[in-house]
Amino acid sequence: MSEKKFSKKHEWVSLDGETATVGITKHATEMLGDIVFVEVPEPGKSVEKDGQAAVVESTKAASDVYSPISGEILEGNKSIVDDPGNVNSDPEGESWFFKIKVKDKSEFDTLMNKADYDKFCAENPS
Amino acid sequence: MEVQKTALYNYHKNLGAKFVSFAGYEMPIQYKDGIVKEHISTRSYAGFFDVSHMGQFFLEGDETLAGALEKIIPADLKSLKLNHSKYSFLLNNDGGIIDDLIITKTSKGFCIILNAACKENDVKQIEKFLNNDHKYFLNNDLSLIALQGPKAVEILEKLVPGVSNLKFMTGDNFKFDNENLYITRSGYTGEDGFEISIPNNKVEKLISFFKENKVNAVGLGARDTLRLEAGLCLYGHDLNEKINPIEANLKWAIAKRRREEGGFNGWDVIKKLIENGSEKKRVGILPEGRVIARENTKIFSESGEEIGLITSGTFGPSVNAPVAMGYINTKYAEIGTKIQLEVRGKKHGGKVSELPFFKKSYVK
Repeated sequence: MSEKKFSKKHEWVSLDGETATVGITKHATEMLGDIVFVEVPEPGKSVEKDGQAAVVESTKAASDVYSPISGEILEGNKSIVDDPGNVNSDPEGESWFFKIKVKDKSEFDTLMNKADYDKFCAENPS
Repeated sequence: MEVQKTALYNYHKNLGAKFVSFAGYEMPIQYKDGIVKEHISTRSYAGFFDVSHMGQFFLEGDETLAGALEKIIPADLKSLKLNHSKYSFLLNNDGGIIDDLIITKTSKGFCIILNAACKENDVKQIEKFLNNDHKYFLNNDLSLIALQGPKAVEILEKLVPGVSNLKFMTGDNFKFDNENLYITRSGYTGEDGFEISIPNNKVEKLISFFKENKVNAVGLGARDTLRLEAGLCLYGHDLNEKINPIEANLKWAIAKRRREEGGFNGWDVIKKLIENGSEKKRVGILPEGRVIARENTKIFSESGEEIGLITSGTFGPSVNAPVAMGYINTKYAEIGTKIQLEVRGKKHGGKVSELPFFKKSYVK
């Protein structure tokens, strides 16, 4: 598994061969608060880079989750649909949102590394 | 308009509150624990809420005051007993709700608790009916703190002996640190509890006592999930100037004598609605599964006809499911009626439910 990369919309991606795993960052969960609803995409759906792919709702509001990378959905994580609170407890581990068969690996390289992402969050407090 | 802050603003900040702009005030929406934990600890133990943004409007006057207020408030103010409170509203000429409120009879007149976003306009609407013998003022030197939850009475009794004798929707004057407090047994969470009107310079001392007793601060976020589970309306969402009390299913808040005698704003409209029923009605809605139907979600009948709109919707932490309220064509308002909710372009099942979603435990 590769190192994690990060998007400006607070998603993380890790790459394993042709398969990318996507989730939302710990920083995102802290902004959202208690997560009470998750909708993940169906396998076979194709998504574009920065296209809407999933939905996450906290007690406060609904937010879209975008795919930081283009490709075809392989799997959505049913365990977070059944128990959305898991996204708060382990956002960057077990509580990934979807796996995707990557179309163009060079898109991965355009994303931020951990240090750049942390800097981005510090400079863009919400 | 300049952003306003309550006397506890710095206190909230030190507790790690996230703030939100609400009715011109910087108010805490949640603290470090988050909305769900704040909600659950209020229902299982107790929580305190800074609701000092709400208007504390005092009226003083002779025996003509009750009659003057009855022109715009459909409660039975002439026979309201000293220190007793009623939930009611200000009505416009069409019977629409200008604001919802709690009115209490005091020794000098009345005290009305008004919504923060409405309070300036409310005063203008009320003063139209007053005369030179009536005095009135919004008291900004007072904070308003709600202490809510099953342990509220035990905790507050330790600090202010005697509060446990108050019955629901009654109040009295108490002494605390050489200052006068006016405390009512009331709230807006569906729990037993109190609302404490206290001078701004004493409010931190009161809160310190709560913290010593392991009562945590609760923000506007959990206040919203608690009131929605309790089936209570939020002005500006579930109520507004175009909605009348009959549509809002709040006929119970119009006193029996007033319903018979009339003589208040919008009476002709409301009288007809009482006789003939309204076209739409406020109901509880339970979505199926976990999908949350938020404000402005369209409601459809099973056959696909658009029949209403959600006005409040969230996830109810104590119900452990999504809960909502909305206005629906009266034909479909019967409890148990299956409906469909359009969320993100897709229709999801749901049904009309009785209110409240969470059973109350008021001390009568």
